[in-house]
Amino acid sequence: MKNFLAYGALALSMMATPALAEPADVMAPGGPGGGYDAMARLPFQAMREAGIFTDGAQFTNRGGAGGTIGLAEFVNKNEGNDNAVMSMGAILIGGILINNSPITLDDTVPLVRLISDTGAIAVPPDSDIKTPQDLAAALKENIGAVPIGGGSAGGVDHIAAALLVKAAGGDVAKLNYIPYPSGADVVTNLAGAKIKVGISGISEFKPLAEAGRIRIIAVTGEERIEGIDAPTLKEAGLDVVVSNWRGIIGAPDMSDEGRKMWLDRFAKMHESEAWKKILTQQGWEDAYLAGDDFVSFLEEEAERQEEILKSVGLVK
Amino acid sequence: MEALTSLLGGFAVAIQPMNLMWAFVGTLLGTAIGVLPGIGPALTIALLLPVTSYIDATGAFIMFAGIFYGAMYGGSTTSILLNAPGESGSMMTALEGNKMAKNGRGAAALATAAVGSFVAGTIATIGLTFLAPPIAELAFIFGPEDYFALMILAFTSVAVVMGTSRVRGFISLFIGIALGTIGIDQATGIFRLTFGVRELADGVDLSVVLVSMFAIGETFYVASRYSKTPPAINPVAGGAWMTKDDWKRSWKPWIRGTFLGFPIGALPAGGSEIPTFLSYFMERKLSRKPEEFGHGAIEGVAGPEAANNASAAGVLVPLLTLGLPTSATAAIMLAAFQNYGLQPGPLLFINSGDLVWGLIASLYIGNIMLLILNLPLVGLWVRLLLIPRPYLYAGIIIFALVGIWGVSQSVVHLITMLAVGVLGYVMRVYDFPIAPVLIGLILGPMAEVQLRRALAIGQSDPLVLVSTPISATMIALAVAVFVVPLIMRRFQPGAPEPDDNPVMGDQR
Repeated sequence: MKNFLAYGALALSMMATPALAEPADVMAPGGPGGGYDAMARLPFQAMREAGIFTDGAQFTNRGGAGGTIGLAEFVNKNEGNDNAVMSMGAILIGGILINNSPITLDDTVPLVRLISDTGAIAVPPDSDIKTPQDLAAALKENIGAVPIGGGSAGGVDHIAAALLVKAAGGDVAKLNYIPYPSGADVVTNLAGAKIKVGISGISEFKPLAEAGRIRIIAVTGEERIEGIDAPTLKEAGLDVVVSNWRGIIGAPDMSDEGRKMWLDRFAKMHESEAWKKILTQQGWEDAYLAGDDFVSFLEEEAERQEEILKSVGLVK
Repeated sequence: MEALTSLLGGFAVAIQPMNLMWAFVGTLLGTAIGVLPGIGPALTIALLLPVTSYIDATGAFIMFAGIFYGAMYGGSTTSILLNAPGESGSMMTALEGNKMAKNGRGAAALATAAVGSFVAGTIATIGLTFLAPPIAELAFIFGPEDYFALMILAFTSVAVVMGTSRVRGFISLFIGIALGTIGIDQATGIFRLTFGVRELADGVDLSVVLVSMFAIGETFYVASRYSKTPPAINPVAGGAWMTKDDWKRSWKPWIRGTFLGFPIGALPAGGSEIPTFLSYFMERKLSRKPEEFGHGAIEGVAGPEAANNASAAGVLVPLLTLGLPTSATAAIMLAAFQNYGLQPGPLLFINSGDLVWGLIASLYIGNIMLLILNLPLVGLWVRLLLIPRPYLYAGIIIFALVGIWGVSQSVVHLITMLAVGVLGYVMRVYDFPIAPVLIGLILGPMAEVQLRRALAIGQSDPLVLVSTPISATMIALAVAVFVVPLIMRRFQPGAPEPDDNPVMGDQR
């Protein structure tokens, strides 16, 4: 009965789409409205608009523990399923390390890195902290009294916070970091001044920053971002650069044909106008890297993150 | 009244034949998925997202909103007639609604649910029209300590009022909270109580427990009592429709349910569960006939059902005004907005006024459609109870097993279903209320996250938990719910001991 209905709904959607096939199963290992969520949905939007893959997709949101909860569910459910993919990113690598996850990226088939989303540091509008230097001073003075909210424990936001404390000369072990399952949660608690500082992607901060509900005081990338009136941390004298790249991985034991099919689709999507439009809309930078290159990048990235996480005491 | 002018403009958009058709398709589909367990509005809208490439934005959103509202309507039917709620928002409806159905008053229960949904949906939509910006501000006011206090209030009120004694209520609640701790810990990634079973890493699935506790446990119970039961009363006869007294007893719960559901639904961590729990509790406390609760009190259907629908309108508030999706369904709608190049938020009302007001106007129309669609069906649905019980319950078991298997294809889920079903049966036999188990399972993990967050922000000072007016008030209420009846008893020596109730019924 349930399936009957699902097929009914599917039939409805198929009336509108030309090809007949199964929709993809897409896992977003983060809460609705966050970065992983967008990374799961928007490539499929672009592929549909460009006519590359038009069979639709079914999305599951499973946030928490650096994305390892979603990863575990993805791996448990989709052994050998050529139709299942998952959005992921830098945060997941740290999440796996810190959470000592029994399930790692080795259990999956990496496909592509697509974008990098510049991080930002924001404060409530009437905060005493107005510049990165103010923040550094506050962290040095009484770090416990400066709760910093961001994504899951061990994610890029957490790493950025730890590096920031280190650069400011504070005690990293006492960092008061509050993990949230999605960027939308960080933004609400920040605008409500429940936390003193928030770290998240620019795209998640932008709408409320424009509405004057929060204030962006710095960006965490190499360079300033067009349209955002805030310095990089480097400019402010704090030697911290963190990039939050995101990409797509395939189900465990995906067949070679399945892998090739998805790599083809993403290669075409990357060239499409629809994807370029999304990049601009979201304020994402293109960071396309596919196949084996992506696999070796993942290995390097895991080593690099492990080193940072160890140096700040998050991984033993 | 600028909003009124805009709304009239919106009606002009919504009343166009094409848009009326989309509203009809949406409400019909929504009602259908609400009746079925497991499949919800989020999944349905996700499946329909591709249509956004082919139909205009206004039509698509009118249809999506119809699905969303319709699902809230449909959920009550299986709860009332079969004691098998399909989603957590209609769980509380099952408690009194199913008792009413067993007393031959199923039609009245379905009617008060349908009319209550209409009243709540309409009032909440009026709230959305005129109060959206201030209500949206609640999202910023509520901090972790406030959410935690709200959940503690839900815990105590539910454990205290349900079942034959508060000891049983709390035992049920703690079983639920314990079930909720199974799985990877959200904050640290540590595996808890999984005993090496990889499938349990994701925790115990809520829909599995919901279906097993109610449908499977109920089936076992009916089967075990089958030969002993007297010939069933004709379930369709007698007070087939709402009586004058029913209307009198229903309208206040509808209104109260709406005022609980709408603002809580607008909170990022609000959802539909807390307002339905609180509404049930409130009606039980305010009722002139509290002794009827547990035996089919119409207030216990009217209030939670209204709260459930009002919370759905509440979810649209932060989505439309701030661009914040606070539920899976809202997140999918946000994705649909982005498909059209629209960014929900403060500017949406200015940039795409036609669409937003058309959408809001269609909510009013959709509500009327749902009422017209549902009321005549009441007579038809009730006939379901005329099916001989062995066939009916065999059907329910198949329905439940296939539903859960269809979603996960997981053997662990089927084993969990059986185990939880047996637990549900044992709890029925020994008179433990089953709703607190679900409440513990749903809210326990949420309460844990908010507690940790509040303590971290407050640097481990426990006083932070009562540091805001909202949290202090809620905690005080929670304590009062627990303590006041004890004190009252001291001063009324003749009053019966609530902890020592000798009545052994099949109360749940």
